Amino acid sequence: MTGSLDLYRAMLRIRLVEEEIAARYAEQEMRCPVHLSIGQEAVAAGVCAALRRDDQMVSTHRCHAHYLAKGGDLKAMLAEIYGKAAGCCGGRGGSMHLFDHDAGLLLSLPIVASGLPIAAGVALSFAQEGSARVAVGFCGDGSIEEGVFHETLNLAAVHRLPVLFVLENNLYSCYTGLGDRQPARPFTDLARGYAMPVETADGNDVHAVRAATGRAVGRARAGQGPTLLVFDTYRWREHCGPNYDNDAGYRTEAEFLDWKARCPLARLRAELVRDGALDEAAELAMLNAITAEIEEAFAFARAAPFPEADTVAEHVHA
Amino acid sequence: MPEPRILTVAEALREATDLCMRRDPRVFVMGEGVADPKAIFGTTAGLAAAHGAARVMETPIAENGFTGLAIGAAMMGRRPLIVHQRVDFALLSLEQLFNNAAKLHYVSNGRHRVPLVVRMIVGRGWGQGPAHSQSLETLFAQVPGLKVVLPATAREAKGQLIAAIEDDNPVVMIEHRWVHYATGAVPEGHYTVPLDGPRVVREGGDVTIVATSYMLLEALRAAETLAQAGIAAEVIDLAVLRPFVADPIVESVRRTGRLLCVDTGFRRYGAGAEIVASVVEQALGALKAPPVRLGLPEHPTPSSRALLGGFYPTALSIIDAAATLVGAGPARVEGPRAALAAALATVPMDVPHPTFRGPF
Repeated sequence: MTGSLDLYRAMLRIRLVEEEIAARYAEQEMRCPVHLSIGQEAVAAGVCAALRRDDQMVSTHRCHAHYLAKGGDLKAMLAEIYGKAAGCCGGRGGSMHLFDHDAGLLLSLPIVASGLPIAAGVALSFAQEGSARVAVGFCGDGSIEEGVFHETLNLAAVHRLPVLFVLENNLYSCYTGLGDRQPARPFTDLARGYAMPVETADGNDVHAVRAATGRAVGRARAGQGPTLLVFDTYRWREHCGPNYDNDAGYRTEAEFLDWKARCPLARLRAELVRDGALDEAAELAMLNAITAEIEEAFAFARAAPFPEADTVAEHVHA
Repeated sequence: MPEPRILTVAEALREATDLCMRRDPRVFVMGEGVADPKAIFGTTAGLAAAHGAARVMETPIAENGFTGLAIGAAMMGRRPLIVHQRVDFALLSLEQLFNNAAKLHYVSNGRHRVPLVVRMIVGRGWGQGPAHSQSLETLFAQVPGLKVVLPATAREAKGQLIAAIEDDNPVVMIEHRWVHYATGAVPEGHYTVPLDGPRVVREGGDVTIVATSYMLLEALRAAETLAQAGIAAEVIDLAVLRPFVADPIVESVRRTGRLLCVDTGFRRYGAGAEIVASVVEQALGALKAPPVRLGLPEHPTPSSRALLGGFYPTALSIIDAAATLVGAGPARVEGPRAALAAALATVPMDVPHPTFRGPF
């Protein structure tokens, strides 16, 4: 069972990796889009804490946190973003295609909602094999606007597939707010439309995320079918890239500050300090250990060789 | 020597599917209508009864969704076979096929495999109209990572489908509805016909005719008539559009010096365009005349048979094009051509078979 301290370490690690990517992005060596997960760490950490390593997840373009929380290899992630042969995709995918099959992050896909039916298909394979494993498909609020979101919920419901649909509502699709894209109604109605259980929780409260996910996982493993999980959270930085963009005109500094005050890490840290589970020395040790790991991984990724140019046409067919 | 066993292509496809399901418990079938009374024009008949609803999955009307479902299952080692009653329905699944199925092996640097077969059927006749009759094989053939096969004859159809189901790559199989009626000798049991390029079906030294799918049957009919006029046509079945292999075609044109391509789909940007380009690149000096392409004209398919008179290439238009290519005057082919025209006139132009009473 993952303890609160482990959850905090997982979230802090995601935050620090993402901040380091942001800090180094201007070096022009990470030459692919990056969709940072800063602000949304609790969803990734909470969901993954309720899963087993051999459960499989399918993520989106904003996949860094999911990959890391599920146990994806950090060096392979950074090497991929640097376009190196040691990257998880050998330099063929970039930051939007992160995967670590052995860790249970089956794949990430950069087309909105495209991974949802694949997650359901993974669940179908588990059902066909009689396995108790579960599949997880991540999506954002924009996914709801895609037809395949509804196709997949319907398919999963009618076949009672052991799959969780994790909807991370961060209120924006690129620079367009939810209110400009969807009518006002609770997202829970979406699940009701497919006769599917739904769980909602504060996406910045890692305990609530884990508890909700745990209930859904329990149902899926017991053959009771899929669940829609709705977690409200907030992306701190721009849609794609390393910067803050509160001056871009599509959202306000005040809104950002309001969400920042609800930082998922600060919230858990306060609890740990209050409970005496984290003192200054322990926090410093944790910080130093994570920082050292990140520095080593960046050094590895930067020094790693690029793929050989003459391998470019390999693996078109199996 | 026992009598050869004669099956239709539809029966051969059904037999291939049943055989693969018996041999490999990971194989399952999914699609709209795979377990219904019509059973995809008989090509899935009896499979649900034999193998159960879990392995012959009736799906909601969600082409992109269930294609993604199949991809996810395939990535985990299952072997799904999707069936679409029309190519036009499969268009709703292009996102999954093009972005995911075709690329997951490549983007994972060889780690992931998508052993998926997607059958889709080209409608023709009985007023199918513009969105129930499209033959869009080159759309799929343009995407690296997919394999694209168009069966035309019964023995090959069975072996190609078995090969497709046993392939570790996503394979799109495009079946012309009228090909389903074609009969031929089909061996019992397991065998494969490799998905590795074109196949010379009839040998001849005067003109090379390359055809896909149903147009192969028209081309073979044309070749018989041309032979009666003393013109020896070599007929090549371009059964596999991707991976594209031009060698047998180029080699044939080196001997005949003349190339006629007959597309089941649109002429413009059709398979013929790729074939002609490859031949010109590799054997320009061997050409005695400019290559000729036949295919569908520059407008959608209308429903009324009154508007369809010149829409599809036929054995007759193939005869005319081939005769012109070899420099034979109309008088040379006139007799056999008139006999064929009279025979064809006894069957209505909008049905696949004399016994057909519609609809489908």
